[in-house]
Amino acid sequence: MVKAPAKLTFLERAGYRRRRMRDVARVLPLIGALLFCVPLLWPRKSPYGPGTADAMIYLFVVWSVLIGLNALLTRYLGQDADHKTETQ
Amino acid sequence: MASFNVLIAVALFYAVLLFVIAFAAERSAEKGRGGWLRSPLIYTLSLSIYCTAWTFYGAVGYAARSGLEFLTIYLGPTIVMIGWWWILRKLVRIGRSQRITSIADLVSSRFGKSTSLGVIVTLLMVLAATPYLALQLQSVTQSFAVFAAASGHQWEGQDLARVALWVAVGLAIFTILFGTRNLDANERHHGIVMAIAVEAVVKLFALVAVGVFVIWGVAGGPSQMIDMIDASPLSQWDQSTARWVGLTFLSGAAFLTLPRMFQVLVVENADEDHLRTASWAFPLYLLAMSLFVVPIAVVGLDLLSIGANPDLFVLTLPLSLGHNGLAMLSFLGGFSSATSMVIVATIALATMISNHIVTPIWLSSRGPGAVVSGDVRQLVIGARRLAIGGVLFLGYVYYRLSGGGAALAAIGLISFTGAVQVLPAMIGGIFWRGATRLGAIAGILVGLVVWLWTLFLPSFGPDAVIPVEVMYNGPFGLGFLRPEALFNITGMDRQIHAIMWSVTLNSIFFFFVSVLTFPRPLERLQGAQFVNVFEHSEGARAWTTSTAEAEDLLIMAQRILGSAEAQDLFLIEAQRQGKQGYLPEVTPDFVQVLERELAGSVGAATAHAMVGQFVQGASVSVEDLIAVADEAAQILEYSNRLEAKSAEQERTARQLREANEKLTALSIQKDAFLSQISHELRTPMTSIRAFSEILGEGGMTPDQLTRYSGIIHTEAVRLTRLLDDLLDLSVLENGQVTLNIQRGTVRDMLDRAVSAAAAGKAMTILRKLGDEALVLETDVDRLTQVFINLISNAQKYCDADRPVLRIDLHRASAGWVLDFTDNGSGIPKQSQQVIFEKFSRLTDHRKAGGAGLGLAICREIMVRLGGEISYLPGQGGAAFRVVLPGAH
Repeated sequence: MVKAPAKLTFLERAGYRRRRMRDVARVLPLIGALLFCVPLLWPRKSPYGPGTADAMIYLFVVWSVLIGLNALLTRYLGQDADHKTETQ
Repeated sequence: MASFNVLIAVALFYAVLLFVIAFAAERSAEKGRGGWLRSPLIYTLSLSIYCTAWTFYGAVGYAARSGLEFLTIYLGPTIVMIGWWWILRKLVRIGRSQRITSIADLVSSRFGKSTSLGVIVTLLMVLAATPYLALQLQSVTQSFAVFAAASGHQWEGQDLARVALWVAVGLAIFTILFGTRNLDANERHHGIVMAIAVEAVVKLFALVAVGVFVIWGVAGGPSQMIDMIDASPLSQWDQSTARWVGLTFLSGAAFLTLPRMFQVLVVENADEDHLRTASWAFPLYLLAMSLFVVPIAVVGLDLLSIGANPDLFVLTLPLSLGHNGLAMLSFLGGFSSATSMVIVATIALATMISNHIVTPIWLSSRGPGAVVSGDVRQLVIGARRLAIGGVLFLGYVYYRLSGGGAALAAIGLISFTGAVQVLPAMIGGIFWRGATRLGAIAGILVGLVVWLWTLFLPSFGPDAVIPVEVMYNGPFGLGFLRPEALFNITGMDRQIHAIMWSVTLNSIFFFFVSVLTFPRPLERLQGAQFVNVFEHSEGARAWTTSTAEAEDLLIMAQRILGSAEAQDLFLIEAQRQGKQGYLPEVTPDFVQVLERELAGSVGAATAHAMVGQFVQGASVSVEDLIAVADEAAQILEYSNRLEAKSAEQERTARQLREANEKLTALSIQKDAFLSQISHELRTPMTSIRAFSEILGEGGMTPDQLTRYSGIIHTEAVRLTRLLDDLLDLSVLENGQVTLNIQRGTVRDMLDRAVSAAAAGKAMTILRKLGDEALVLETDVDRLTQVFINLISNAQKYCDADRPVLRIDLHRASAGWVLDFTDNGSGIPKQSQQVIFEKFSRLTDHRKAGGAGLGLAICREIMVRLGGEISYLPGQGGAAFRVVLPGAH
């Protein structure tokens, strides 16, 4: 008789790594949101402070990095064969 | 200057091309060759309907007016897509498992397949979409006007209105043709998805082309471009924090709740895996769309006259520099952005209107209990066609009423704020089981009213709907209800004011009404299925008993799903149940399956109502829910019991197997013993007979006489011993033995045993004398007999050159034990279990001298005494353990 799948408390290394990658997938948008708000801390209307061009470059760089990280991450999570029957 | 007629021709050609592409995709899908239509790339491109004409034209205008703030509209969706693991993954899974057809269907289905919620969300979404549709018509019309002006015609209001009308009519025809061709069970539209994928590429290409032209063709390179930005009116970083955060939130939320986005994200999703790709590819698309916005805006502000409409820089910039081809491409990009959005938005809205307004009204007009008649499919499709026309007409009316002069971004934000009112109910619904239908209704209604009052109605302009007097002093002089300063909080940005109040009040009402009300059984059932969608819980059934006839259900299903699909569904179910023909047993499970199939076509609420007509009064109750929970618990317990039982059976089987092996081995040995014992009995008998015959003949020397009679005596003794053993064993086995209980020390018993057994034999016996003072209260003689047996066995069978027997008394978990261990080769594993059996004998040595009864007798004695004797494996030689009885 097949034993009912019980929730595992501890996992082997690969499974553990996948769980942590899911954690990264959860945290990444929060990090992104914070980084997108960083220019709000910059001085306003200051002739010496960073201007629109700097903000633009900063935002597009953050944006690109987020996209790149997410692409790597989803590729990794895609190898996750059991992602359709996941437990938290 | 480009001839206006050429432009018309290009636009028409492009439209025809889209028709052909959509048609080809439909054909290909019908023939089952549509695999490539279901790729992550197409899915990602179809999401690009988020970038409408607002993006294509409006973003540049937005940037020219407010700097980088336009980016918030793309950063919000980026965060949502990158956070796909949180919300989108769950939405897509729910959409697939519950056959969700629209955002209204999602909310209605989650809150107990509520018809009223479906109606409310549909109306809200139609209202919210109206300004957005108007925005698209306005931008396409304006872009036509630009070309008309370039070829020398200044258009007046009437001309613009006429173009807007024609554009609306053309879009309606395209959408009706490809959006309502069939009532697909999954609400997927291959032709349209393909067409918008093509349009996605066109608009990206066009915007990038204009951007590249501006940076390298006009500014002279990236670094010069940055210098230009620094020199422009936009150079200073002066971003309002509230607007930055508020609009990012708004756009992220609207990305989830806009009906057209829900349509492409969830409903048209063919494979959950596509979401993984889209989660980075779509942000990349957004980035590419936004990259050139600021350069275009800066160059436009620099080169074009002060009065030029910045919303049209993408078009007017190439035109003014004489690049007509680029301007044409840019026009097609804008046209693509507008049309793809309008097509998907109207399909999504039409689905909602037909499923949540028209069909329920039609159903209720038939009165309770009436059996469905007539072709529901025709009704639904007809309703959708009308709805597409109606929605576009509303957009046109808004465009006419609002005067077509407002900035595109401002119109778009009105629309977003309206759509976002569904967010609390949606997010609460998929993460919180406590959310109730009344809570959702209260939240959405409050949000809707606040949105209408603070943003939508004032957008028509002063005195158009809300009098100026009310704007300044509040309705009936109630100052705290002023549309732009609720609760007397003034000085806030108008847009942020509306978002903040509508979403906050919405959420507060949603939460507290949910907490204070009690959900209906179906709500609780659906709530559990939505919130726990990843746990694969089979869940409770919505139907408990069924009085329906399969034939009635089949007739109804045919009218909604179409004959072939309905018959397939019934046939498969009948086969699954093991029945012949098309009519399965109407089990609650089947009713559930059928309802879900129907929901894929007409929405959950309608499907539930239709099935309910047949399955009267059998819907689920709280008691049923509890019963189901009990049942689940019982099933769990039952399976646990089964598991325990099966383990027990396995144990029993193992024991039986062992017993069988033992019996087989014994039976073989018994046969061997019979021949052995007859041999044992015959050998002495033969010598006794022979020598007694010789004696009888006489004439022998006294020497011979003594020898022969000695042999006869020895043989007789051997016979007697054998018979004694047999008798002894039989007495012990039958329990007829009387025990003579005495007290004695182990040392005394062992001394007797050693002297009796080992007299004159070459074997070293090692004893630990210290412990042997242990006093036993038992049958001392019998126990000594056991010891004698064990010692003499060791002498007989130990095959070492210098045999050594260790006798070790110690305490083990079983009590006081005495181990007899020799240094021979021990007893092979397969024999260990039979040595205590009668007649067992491992070797055929003559020197054994016995009949293989010794250990059997020992075991019987130990059982009688209340002790135990067993073979102790793994000691390096033969080892026997005696658990001593009666130890003090």
